[in-house]
This record gives sequence, structure tokens and C-alpha cells, in this order.
Amino acid sequence: MTIKEKQEEVIEEFSAFDDWMDKYSLLIELGNELDSFDEAYRQEQNLIDGCQSKVWLHAELKDGKIDFQGDSDAIIVKGIVALLLRVLSGHTPDEILENDLFFIDEIGLKEHLSPTRSNGLVAMVKQMKAYALAFKAKQG
Amino acid sequence: MAFDIQNIRDDFPILGQKVNGKPLVYLDNAATTQKPVSVIEAEANVYRTINSNIHRGVHHLSNVCTEVFEDVRQKVKDFINAPSSDEVIFTRGTTESVNLLAASFGETFLNPGDEIILTEMEHHSNIVPWQLLAQRKGVTIKVVPVTDGGELDMQALGEMLNEKTRLISVAHISNVMGTINPVREIVALAHAAEIPVMIDGAQAIHHVPVDVQALDCDFYVFSGHKMYAPTGVGVFYGKRKWLEQMNPYQGGGEMIDKVSFSGTTFNDLPYKFEAGTPNYAGIIGLGAAIDYLKQNHLEEIWNYEHQLFEYALDKMKSVSGIRFVGEAAQHTSVISFLLGNSHPFDVGTLLDKLGFALRTGHHCAQPLMDRFGIPGTVRASFAFYNTKEEVDHLVEALIRVGTMLG
Repeated sequence: MTIKEKQEEVIEEFSAFDDWMDKYSLLIELGNELDSFDEAYRQEQNLIDGCQSKVWLHAELKDGKIDFQGDSDAIIVKGIVALLLRVLSGHTPDEILENDLFFIDEIGLKEHLSPTRSNGLVAMVKQMKAYALAFKAKQG
Repeated sequence: MAFDIQNIRDDFPILGQKVNGKPLVYLDNAATTQKPVSVIEAEANVYRTINSNIHRGVHHLSNVCTEVFEDVRQKVKDFINAPSSDEVIFTRGTTESVNLLAASFGETFLNPGDEIILTEMEHHSNIVPWQLLAQRKGVTIKVVPVTDGGELDMQALGEMLNEKTRLISVAHISNVMGTINPVREIVALAHAAEIPVMIDGAQAIHHVPVDVQALDCDFYVFSGHKMYAPTGVGVFYGKRKWLEQMNPYQGGGEMIDKVSFSGTTFNDLPYKFEAGTPNYAGIIGLGAAIDYLKQNHLEEIWNYEHQLFEYALDKMKSVSGIRFVGEAAQHTSVISFLLGNSHPFDVGTLLDKLGFALRTGHHCAQPLMDRFGIPGTVRASFAFYNTKEEVDHLVEALIRVGTMLG
């Protein structure tokens, strides 16, 4: 599936819910189901420290594609981390750099990606793109 | 007239709105309070009718504006029972007031090796100005520890006093836990050793009676915006004997007597510490806020608030998994808590979707969070326009959110 298709899939899943609390229930569920973060990667260099919550992000290049792992100490943030990993992990640096992330807006979670929110998510998205640039540079 | 909560709420236009489709329940009053119509109008009317730069003017508008502005100084003097309005200095807020003291008192009186005493429950605004001063002057900061219950360790404070101690700066009420500190006792103890005391009244000025002469404190500072007045105005009260010796820390208009390049002389109190054009419209709004509080009978407001606080504390105890941070014998207006093992951010986010405005995080008191070994808390803080019904709704919401977060 392309990044665009994955985003459309997420939008479809969230469109079933009108009520905010239902959307957040789904996010909490996604946060709880996220693959456990490899403790070896829980290091200062992988920490994105928001004022309110913390996010950890690890990236590796495998067969030309970026494999992301992520975590957060807040479950709602972790749910959004899970969505970002689902959409971007397993794609090439070029694909990650070329695609805009529109699903967050569409499912009504834009506020969590506002720079004033200080939950670490804005920095996480920037960091994911930065990893794509770095791995692209390494590939030459 | 008896205290009528519905009439009170009608005075605050912002409270009637919906947030995320739910009626707004505003419980973030320790961060800032909402404004009654009379305050909003008072500030707006300055610009509609009397706007003119204060002091120095020979023309009508300037004189009227100056008069109304100076009336507020009298109102503040009466409100805190200061001996003289010359001791009431207008600032931009609590933070600027603390910075004023750190800079002026620090430059005038402190020398390398001197000590200042703060407490572990201080807000960053009563920590960082002193750290900057400590770096400049080689002064040492001592910190009074907080007990598990969220009270100051008074014995530790007593043991910290020595011949090098030059100042104690302490919150009247903790912004995180609502602890009412024994400031009268602290002042008595400090004065026995001839040490002056600054009280940070940001969380107290609108919740408990403040009488600076009864407290006998040397300095008392607070913000307008936490007492239903406009943002961007604050007060620095200081005893004349200190103010007269302290050098101004900002220079500019109004604070001077005579300026020449061979030397400048400073104006008298209080103007010596009020450089530049003040936020006179906001300060006139502060006067309206004081009028509003007095019209609604301060004693009744405080009684109502305290009853509401006790009610909230009692009701919130019934929420499964709730843990309170700070349970001092004397506390008011602020309840900090955690819900099970849930992150405060998650609790706050879900409550927001249900229409509740609460604050989560470290509340600009990171040393206190470190003291309790937690990343932050969820904080409900009350004002006299909150109701028991709102508390009941909060408890229902907390139970729902607690279940969702498991």
C-alpha cells in the first residue's frame, strides 16, 4: 500500500465515529496495541521531549526502506505515534519525503500536531522526515 | 445582598459558551481568572473616553486619565492595607515584581557569599530571577524542603537561617497544591533574625484576606490577571524603608527627577520604580476588579470558595484510583491529582473533549514535581463563579476518563 492509500485507510476507520470520545477510545486502543519499543533504543538521542509528554523514535534503514519504532509515555500520544508509524514505516526515504501527511487533519487530530501543543508529536514528524533525508544522503 | 451564584456567573460573559459541544467548565483559575463585564468595560472605556498618556500632561484628558489611574493605587493600597500608596508600585505582573526585587534589592544589598532562602514549592517565577542574581552576585540559594503532605518543613527553614541570610522569598499559596503557607510565622521568625521576607501572593490575593501590615512582610507581589483584572498588570508592594534604599532597575520616563548626561536624579516613590508608560488601561481595569470584589463582599466570596473547595475535595475522593498531590492541613482553591497510572496529558486531553478546562503538566514548578517524582499533575483550580454542579460533572467525567484509560 502507498503512503497515500494508508492515510485514506486511516481516515476511513476514523470516519465511523462522530463522537470525540469514541475517536479517542480508538486512539487509546491503537496506543495499547503498538508493538513494544525495544528498550535498547530508549536512549537520550532517541528522546523527543515535549513539555507535556515524551516521545521516543528509532529509525533504521532495511533494504532501502525505513523501519521506524516509536513510543510515548502518554497513551493518546502513543496512539498517534502508532498511526504515524503505520503510515510511514516500511517506505523508502523518497516516498516519505514526497508525501504530505493529510490524515491527521482529516481525522480531526490537527490540534495534536500544532506547534503550541508541546506533546512531542510535531518534533517527531520533523524527525521522521529528517531521518528520510539522512538515509537518502547516505544512499547517495 | 446574599451571594447569588447565578448573578455572579452572568457577570462573566465567557462562562456561557460551549467547548467541543459541551458547556464550558472552567477550572483553570490558578493559571488565569475570567473577567467580569465591569472590568472589560472599564478597560475598554479608557480607550473610548479618556485615553491619554498619564502624568506630565497639561491637557484635560491627560489629567483625567492620571487621576483615574492614581485612584487605583489608592484602591490597591486599601485592598492590601498598605500604610501608604507610595509603597504600591505597578508592574506587568508577579514575574516582573520578583525580577524587580531580585534586581534592585539584589544589586543594593547583596554581596558574594550571602544567602537567599526559597522553598521547594516555588513557581519558576520565584526561582529563576534569584538564580540569575546568584550568578551575577555570587549569592547562594538555600531551598526549604516540602514534606510528603505538601507543607513546608518549618524546622528546616529555622535551621537555614544564619548571619549570611539576606532574604526569604516564599509563596503565600502553592500554585500546584494549594498549600497555604504559614507566612505570618515565617515573617516573625525571619524578623527575629532581622531578615526581610518577600511573599509571592499570585495564588493568594483573590482567595484569602491579605493585610500586609498584619503580615508585617517586607514585600508582597501579585498579578492582576489572577484576580479577575486584565492581564499585563501587577503589583509590587514594599516597605518604604527598603524602597528608599533600593536603586531602580529599569530606567526611562516617569522614574526620573532630572536627566542630564552629567548625571540623572530619580523621582520619588512610587515612580522611581515605574519606568516608561505603564499599562494604565489595564491598571484601571484592576481598579474595577477590586470594586467588583468588594461589591460582592469579599468575606462571602472567600467563604463560598472554601466551601466549594471542601466539597470538591470530598467528592473527588470517591473517584477510583485518584491520588492527590499535596494534602496540607491548610489548603485552598487548588487540587492537584493523578488518575491511576494515567499520564496527566491523557486525562487533560479527554477532559477537554468533555468541556473541562483543567491544566496538566508541571505547572512551572519542576522542582516540586521532582520532589514527588512525578512528570506532572492534573490540576483543578476554583474560583467563586464555579458551582457544585460543575464539581459533580467533573467527578462523573473523571470516572468516565479513568475507565477509558484503564
